[in-house]
Amino acid sequence: MLHSAAALSPIVLLGTAILTPLIAFKKRQLAFYTAVLGLLGALGVSVFNLITVLVHGTVHYHFGGWPPPIGIEYVLDPLSAFLTLVINTIALVVLIHSYRVVPRETPGREMAYYAVVMLLLCGFNGIVLTGDFFNLYVFLEISSLALYGLIAVGEKPAPVAAFRYLIMGTVGASFYLLGIGFVFVSTGSLNMADIQAILPQMSQQPTVIVGLSLMVIGMAIKMALFPLHGWLPDAYTYAPSTSAALVAPTGTKIGAYVIIRILFFVFGVSFVSRVLPVTEVLAWLSAAGIVFGSVLAIAQREFKRMLAYSSVAQIGYIGLGIGLANPAGLIGAVLHVLNHGLMKACLFLVSGNFRYRLGHSDIGRFDQSTRRRMPWTSAAFTAAALSMVGIPPTVGFFSKWYLALGTIAGSRWLFLAVILLSSLLNAVYFFRILEKLYMKNPSGEAAPREARSREVPVSMLAPTLILAAALVLLGLLNAFIVKGIVTRVLPAGLL
Amino acid sequence: MTMNPAETYGSVLPLLAVLVSLAAVPLILIFGRQRNLREFWTIAASATKFALVLSLLPGALAGRSAETLLFDISPGVSLALKADPFGVFFALIASGLWIFTSFYSIGYVRGLDEHKQTRYFASFAVCLSATIGIAFAANLLTFVLFYEILTIATYPLVIHKETPVAISAGRKYLLYTLSAGLLLIAATAITYHITGRLDFRAGGIFGGLSLSAETVRILFLLFLGGVGVKASIMPLHSWLPTAMAAPTPVSALLHAVAVVKSGVFGVIRVVGFVFGPDVMRRFGLGTILVIFAGVTIVLASLMALKQDNLKRRLAYSTVAHLSYIVLGAGLLSSAALTGGMLHIAFHATMKITLFFCAGAIYVNLHRENISELDGIGRAMPWTMGAFTVAAIGLAGLPPINGFVSKWYLGFAAAQADQPIVLFILVLSGLLNAAYFFPIVHRAFFRPAQNLEGKKEASPAMVVPIVITAALSIVFGLYPDLFFRFYHLAMSVATQIFTGAAP
Repeated sequence: MLHSAAALSPIVLLGTAILTPLIAFKKRQLAFYTAVLGLLGALGVSVFNLITVLVHGTVHYHFGGWPPPIGIEYVLDPLSAFLTLVINTIALVVLIHSYRVVPRETPGREMAYYAVVMLLLCGFNGIVLTGDFFNLYVFLEISSLALYGLIAVGEKPAPVAAFRYLIMGTVGASFYLLGIGFVFVSTGSLNMADIQAILPQMSQQPTVIVGLSLMVIGMAIKMALFPLHGWLPDAYTYAPSTSAALVAPTGTKIGAYVIIRILFFVFGVSFVSRVLPVTEVLAWLSAAGIVFGSVLAIAQREFKRMLAYSSVAQIGYIGLGIGLANPAGLIGAVLHVLNHGLMKACLFLVSGNFRYRLGHSDIGRFDQSTRRRMPWTSAAFTAAALSMVGIPPTVGFFSKWYLALGTIAGSRWLFLAVILLSSLLNAVYFFRILEKLYMKNPSGEAAPREARSREVPVSMLAPTLILAAALVLLGLLNAFIVKGIVTRVLPAGLL
Repeated sequence: MTMNPAETYGSVLPLLAVLVSLAAVPLILIFGRQRNLREFWTIAASATKFALVLSLLPGALAGRSAETLLFDISPGVSLALKADPFGVFFALIASGLWIFTSFYSIGYVRGLDEHKQTRYFASFAVCLSATIGIAFAANLLTFVLFYEILTIATYPLVIHKETPVAISAGRKYLLYTLSAGLLLIAATAITYHITGRLDFRAGGIFGGLSLSAETVRILFLLFLGGVGVKASIMPLHSWLPTAMAAPTPVSALLHAVAVVKSGVFGVIRVVGFVFGPDVMRRFGLGTILVIFAGVTIVLASLMALKQDNLKRRLAYSTVAHLSYIVLGAGLLSSAALTGGMLHIAFHATMKITLFFCAGAIYVNLHRENISELDGIGRAMPWTMGAFTVAAIGLAGLPPINGFVSKWYLGFAAAQADQPIVLFILVLSGLLNAAYFFPIVHRAFFRPAQNLEGKKEASPAMVVPIVITAALSIVFGLYPDLFFRFYHLAMSVATQIFTGAAP
């Protein structure tokens, strides 16, 4: 029972994906409820799994009873348990928010939409839980295909953006697959733990080095690591609000997760920092991405597009934390997966709210009347913006704190400067919007002053506010998460 | 003079003192449309806050510090509030003057029929929570937390008028203070890396560690950049005159007391409780402080001379006087630190009086420039009388309290055999007289212009003015009256310089 729970959440989600069209065939509204129920089930499993791991330690589950390396193994360790919980929780909040958004933005297609969302989440859960490189590839493709669909149903340019992502994503997946091939040729195994045991005997082999490089490059594309981020801005901008809110907080983190797995759990710190300096390259590219993404975010005029570029920068935080290859850095990276997930989900829900009520999210058209109409959405935005700037006690501050400790522990002063400087850049593009919302007078007669606020419905407002509150609450309580979970994520051998 | 070894005991009072004004924020927002009820919550919060802080005074005087230990906010570093003598000292001033500012604010915003008054009072309450949090922060990370909250909570007050000038002042303010916050975070993280601890400890936490001179100096400069912006040490000062775009009560409490004093409070925390006098001396860090402070005092005073806008002149004067306190920290002696700390309190009562006067003149006559103040002493005798008292005090003349703090600083400079410092103090006194006394002269001895029928501002404004001026005289004559400021300052200095901490 305990063991089989490790593989349960992808199966529940896959089952829901199949059931959704069947149940909602006659009555479209049922699709939403089916999806929420399925996700609630998966979330329940994730909570149970996390508790299991924290109490009993790592759980291994052998699919069909076949032992590895022949069979497929599912590994529930603190990292995978933590990450599935994060993904499923954020997805649930976004899904509840979607109750009114999906019928409005993709009318008539609710049934297919929710089924595909379930597939996407099934893929994400599978990627995180599997202990097998090839099985991981399978789930990667499941989630990617679902994602192309979720993006393509958006605005007019969305199919083009989705196609571009499809090309890039396929290239990434192919790189990864090639990489596995190389590793398989030299080790004869696809099981992560098995490969980890075999590698020390053959670490200097060119095939292993090429395999590692290809796998990391493939995942860097999925993660949208600078300069491989080209697909991301268009995809996030033109995707439907719900798709963007689902993918932005979780999708790229999956790539980051796989990189952490490959680097620290399979190849080991000394290999990836000394034999082949992957972490060093990762750190530099991430630092460049932080600056690049932040500067481009300042230049954007559309709210969602700005958030997309900001994501490029924030992925850099995670990449930098990984690249530092020390405990504090990795704590910062893993914590930022959660923190950035919450912040970005909140911000994309805010953008969804604006679009729902105003029909646009052009930064230039925000003014005081926007805020008067939607005071609570604006308040949630303010909280998320302060968190992005890194004002305590929000979660954003603590990400910055641990990452700063990581750079100092490694005496990487330039990276410290980049992390701190990027807060200022964030301040520029977020305060620009705050100034408009709270101070800019509506121009002309075009925007009549409405006496009453016209907030979005509760089904949209509640998720937005819950996420905003979580930013402060989890910020204050971050040490519990760090001590209870994140420090136990650290692989053996990391100093 | 010997101190009992300081002891701490668990108590929720420090936490309550921080939270009481935060709890008032929702009430202020809910009753936003009923003005009197809304203002009632501000007054109630300020009175309660002051009472709570005051209740911590006897313990602090007896060397017993109340401490609220909450939970960890980073592994091994807790969110902790401790009402040690230095914290109580600063909290008393900030919370006490908030009461007067609240009454004065009501008169001010109603007199001018200001917009968005609810936001104004709510932000003020958050600022005071943050300030008391800074005062009681038991470790650097807690300090940083409240320091950053103060930065953000002050922003809506700086941009309150929402004019282009105010908005650009807000941007400048954020650029300076957020950058400083980043330096402070970096310095805190480096300190944690070196020492593995972040608690404030009288005498410093670097004792007994082998440190390279380079590391220590860079770290000190990072700290100085972090707290130096709010303390407006030159060249980090220029946000302060710009921030005068804020309504006058904001300038009075935040830009003369809470925000800027949080900066100098931070300087003393860093000097006395992080580095400690030994490390400061060993690496010549005190000298760095003294040089920055000395230059700031002279240059800011000269710049004050040139200002015609009354609030800007007061702002430059504040820049100069804040560096008196920095100087007190930099001289690294018990007497100097006592003088510096007393100046935190005494400059506060004097400068808040001056800002209150500037605000009363603005509300009543809509005049902002010194050249327009001819003869107003006859229309507003109480206001300008209070102004005169505070001006005399800032020039360092008895019997006003400014004399007391300056006397200690001068004494310490002489004791340390620093004739240049002594000269700067004397010169600064003359410059103070040069930029304040002409205003007094104009107000009382020049013929009035267009002042027929003009009288004092509303009592809500004039009464606080007279009280703060009276306090300046009272503390000039009896520095230890009521709140034992002198005693507290002495005990803090003794703790730091004899290391009589746990």
